[in-house]
Amino acid sequence: MAYTNKIAIQDFSVSYSSEEALRKISLEILPNEIFVLFGPARSGKTTLLKSLNRLRDLIPGTRHTGSILIDGQDIYDAKLDLYQLRRRIGIVFDLPTPLPLSIFDNISYGPRLRGVYDKQRLKEIVEKSLRSAVLWDEVKDRLHTSALRLSGGQQQRLCIARVLALEPEVLLLDEPCSGLDPISTASIEESLRLLKKEYTIILVPHNIQQGSRVADRAGFLLNGDLVEVGTAYQIFTKPQNKKTEDYVTGKFG
Amino acid sequence: MRTPMRYLTQRIAKILIWIAALSTISVMIMILLQVLQEGIPALHPGFFLDSPRDMGREGGILSTIVGMAALTLLAVIVATPLGVGTAIFLREYTRESRVSRVIRFGTDCLAGVPSIIFGLFGFVFFVIYLKMGWSIASGGLTVAAMILPTIISTTEEAIKGIPHSYREVSYSLGGTRWQTVIHAILPNALPGIFTGIILSVGRSIGETAAVILTAGSSLLMPTSLFSPSRTMSVHFYILAREGISMEMAYGTGAALILLVLLINTVANGLLNRYVRHRT
Repeated sequence: MAYTNKIAIQDFSVSYSSEEALRKISLEILPNEIFVLFGPARSGKTTLLKSLNRLRDLIPGTRHTGSILIDGQDIYDAKLDLYQLRRRIGIVFDLPTPLPLSIFDNISYGPRLRGVYDKQRLKEIVEKSLRSAVLWDEVKDRLHTSALRLSGGQQQRLCIARVLALEPEVLLLDEPCSGLDPISTASIEESLRLLKKEYTIILVPHNIQQGSRVADRAGFLLNGDLVEVGTAYQIFTKPQNKKTEDYVTGKFG
Repeated sequence: MRTPMRYLTQRIAKILIWIAALSTISVMIMILLQVLQEGIPALHPGFFLDSPRDMGREGGILSTIVGMAALTLLAVIVATPLGVGTAIFLREYTRESRVSRVIRFGTDCLAGVPSIIFGLFGFVFFVIYLKMGWSIASGGLTVAAMILPTIISTTEEAIKGIPHSYREVSYSLGGTRWQTVIHAILPNALPGIFTGIILSVGRSIGETAAVILTAGSSLLMPTSLFSPSRTMSVHFYILAREGISMEMAYGTGAALILLVLLINTVANGLLNRYVRHRT
């Protein structure tokens, strides 16, 4: 059986010790699309993203039911190689999180963990990743200075490059432009449009305008419920659900 | 507007705090000055390069410096991996549970045990039961047990201070727990671990009671880890306690203080260089 979807989420619920964070989410993500997942704070967006690469496993006291399939494979299968899963599904967090290492060492961190030590090969990976994240020209002369000295926008593109260095299949971006100026935001959005050719992207935008600018399809998440899913055009201009409409038009949020 | 009453309180508080700070510093300066004043006349190159003669009335202190260095080095080499390993276990390999609470309670208790008790334990266990005799090995292992709690708690504090995002990033890039510890946790905890080691070295150098019971008080130059040896602190204690030579005792004391100052200065310099290099 061929899978036309990249990710299939089926009846997926998550609860933290007492409260439910996600309720019976069912959603399919298609290959090479930018899927925008939006909704107010604490609606479960980050929980859903961190479930997809099982980073949520690090948080004590969470439980889930339902399943998530990637290329038809259940990611909660006990036989699954967890570390490989996390390399296949890269995540960029809302705040830039450079490690206190040089630019080069930040980008090559993932490949080195995977066992790539060849200097020449690492150099190629670093250059390719930085080019894809539209950062190469700004940092090519100082790859061995600390990543902490970059500006906020550069740090965030560094984080994107660091994920790209893993050569993942899916990119999860959790408000990657919060705290960035409009110019940095524009350059990140520009790189997303290029990256879509090779990757499947799930983006939590930091506002609805950004969502509507880059989305192919979008889903509205509210208090742990997936209220509505559709094409970007439909969701942002003709939402079917009253709650989606109220949120998109700014009646609450 | 400031009321006169509040103004007065402010003044009094300021004076009291100044007194507290000044008295602390002056006690320190008085000790330093007294020991250095009495001890410096004894300090000449021969004092560091000769071993003691005639019970320490004549000659220098070379064998005690060697004994102390060997004992301290052994203690640090044994305690650091154990302490750092325990701290990593507590912080990265277990969640808060009964096991981790018991371990932490145990190390806290260990930290509060008087050093003479460690000495007695070392004497009974290493010297007699394991037949290691009075030796640098017995002394070093005893001191290692003493400094373990310091290394555990400073390492734990250092690991606690590392942003959670470093862990998350490392795991999200496909790192295993071990890889995360090695590449994302330890390098960033190093300054804290280093501070713990420096504190431990200080404690080890100054320790007398536990060492006299486990390493003995031989003035001979140690030739192996199983030689008995007298450390500088023990030498100082015996010279003064038995009235052998106050002049040599103060000389040893002054040398000890200068050595500790030197170690702290060098260590701080190295630490600052490491931190600057990484940011």
